Amino acid sequence: MTKSGKPKSTTAMTESITGKDSPEAKAFQKKIDADITIEPKDWMPEAYRHTLIRQMSQHAHSEIVGMLPEGNWIGRAPSLRRKMILLAKVQDEAGHGLYLYSATETLGISRDQMIEQLHSGSAKYSSIFNYPTLTWADMGAIGWLVDGAAIMNQVPLCRTSFGPYARAMVRICKEESFHQRQGYEIMIAMAHGSPAQKVMAQSAIDRWWWPSLMMFGPPDADSPHSAQSLKWKIKRTSNDTLRQKFIDVTVPQAEFLGLEVPDPDLKWNKKRDHYDFGEIDWDEFYQVISGNGPCNKERLDARIKAWEDGKWVRDAALAYEQKKQAAAA
Amino acid sequence: MTNKNKQMALVEYAQRLGDNSLILGQRLGEWCGHGPQLELDIALTNFSLDMIGQANLYLGYAGEVEGKSRDADAMAYLRDELEFRNCLLVEQPNGDFGQTIMRHFLFSTFQHLHLEALQSSKDETLAGIAGKAIKEVAYHVKFSADWVRRLGGGTPESHQRMQTALDNLWRFTGELFETDGVDALLLAEGIAVDLSALQDPWNTAVQTVLKDAGLRLPKGQVVVSGGRKGNHSEHLGPMLAEMQFLQRAYPGLDW
Repeated sequence: MTKSGKPKSTTAMTESITGKDSPEAKAFQKKIDADITIEPKDWMPEAYRHTLIRQMSQHAHSEIVGMLPEGNWIGRAPSLRRKMILLAKVQDEAGHGLYLYSATETLGISRDQMIEQLHSGSAKYSSIFNYPTLTWADMGAIGWLVDGAAIMNQVPLCRTSFGPYARAMVRICKEESFHQRQGYEIMIAMAHGSPAQKVMAQSAIDRWWWPSLMMFGPPDADSPHSAQSLKWKIKRTSNDTLRQKFIDVTVPQAEFLGLEVPDPDLKWNKKRDHYDFGEIDWDEFYQVISGNGPCNKERLDARIKAWEDGKWVRDAALAYEQKKQAAAA
Repeated sequence: MTNKNKQMALVEYAQRLGDNSLILGQRLGEWCGHGPQLELDIALTNFSLDMIGQANLYLGYAGEVEGKSRDADAMAYLRDELEFRNCLLVEQPNGDFGQTIMRHFLFSTFQHLHLEALQSSKDETLAGIAGKAIKEVAYHVKFSADWVRRLGGGTPESHQRMQTALDNLWRFTGELFETDGVDALLLAEGIAVDLSALQDPWNTAVQTVLKDAGLRLPKGQVVVSGGRKGNHSEHLGPMLAEMQFLQRAYPGLDW
């Protein structure tokens, strides 16, 4: 399969004839069950390939769109040290996008095709990035909560069944933990700072708490792709399990900061050995996913503008390369 | 020369170097998330990071020599337009990618020559910073020169855009080589770089690349200068307003 080519439709046809009981399909599931990673040239069901393309490209797009809310504060970072850390962090995110696009390309889709899908709205990105960053404390909250939730989601993906994805995640997770630490460090400085800084810190957790919990996806019962993804070991842990784990880890961190978690129903449950928490507003989640969040339009417009403004640069680079090759021939 | 004069000149000198890096770094940071492609986004952010890192060292040193308890952040965040000592070239707006790359090419070619000479400064701190920065800037020169060639020789549109960028920015390059009493005083001490000695190698290096790129030098342009005396273009003020916002609105806090 060529990089620019679409996944082979003939395979899909054969598969629909042979079905999931074909010898290939059985051998494939056997490998998965034995925790043998699937590599790009191995046989795989078309649905597995499509699920991976959807999930991995969505992940790559999230890294790229995720640069925008933090990019909003690079110019206003309050010290040179903070500015350098933020630049390095946003640059890491671009790098993560790059590995993930490359890993996804091994499945037979090009980066340009994926970008096209992002811009046309047919591919999604994490809905968390559709919220605005209003104060410097938001840089703290994004690192602490958003990257914290991302790590919780991503650590199991280091063992995901598709080799290139798993290897990309190992590298990404290492950098994400640095991101989370720097975020929490900002929160400490602000939560222990002046009254004005405390207001910013509390406002940040008020605004980012619930969207962070939504990052784990819908409840297991309503998660359309979960069961199959778990069977294929693309996904290794369920949404609700990860969400609970995140809450259990994060609430004591909020207490240490002296900030209030904006959930009146949050309570330690001795019997369950977990926190109980209030109901998540899934209507909001679906609204934001379907394009009606506070910044969906701005985020997508910014990406499309960057792409369109850069067209002449990409065209020129290509033309130059072709001229050089022609001259050498 | 009195020690006091030398001290004041050294503060001024370190501020000039630091402000060049700071202001260019701040400008480049505006690209983050908006580059023409992912690899270029990463490169521009990386250049920004290098520049801010250099600024941190130079301005920290300026504060140390001054001895009035101003650290690098106080220098960056609590001086106003008239006190900034950067050249006009680095404060010019990003424009399109061609304008940004041309600005970076013209400046980093100068900066590289400057750092080469500064490595042998008798001031050990400045020589040390130069030794570290030159490795970064060598890559900036290569990267930006490659892109000037690529865009100059790419499509008719890219060629036109690069010519426009050069025509627009060329008038700010004369200032890079201007000298004054601060330079003379520190040159005599073996601390400063002889800027006049850099002009010929800079011209040669720049013109070689521009020729490869098929770009022609603007003729008869007047040199615009004044940045090092604090006489800036109108572009610096809004940039400082953004950069300094938190430190100005909430003075004296830790972040």
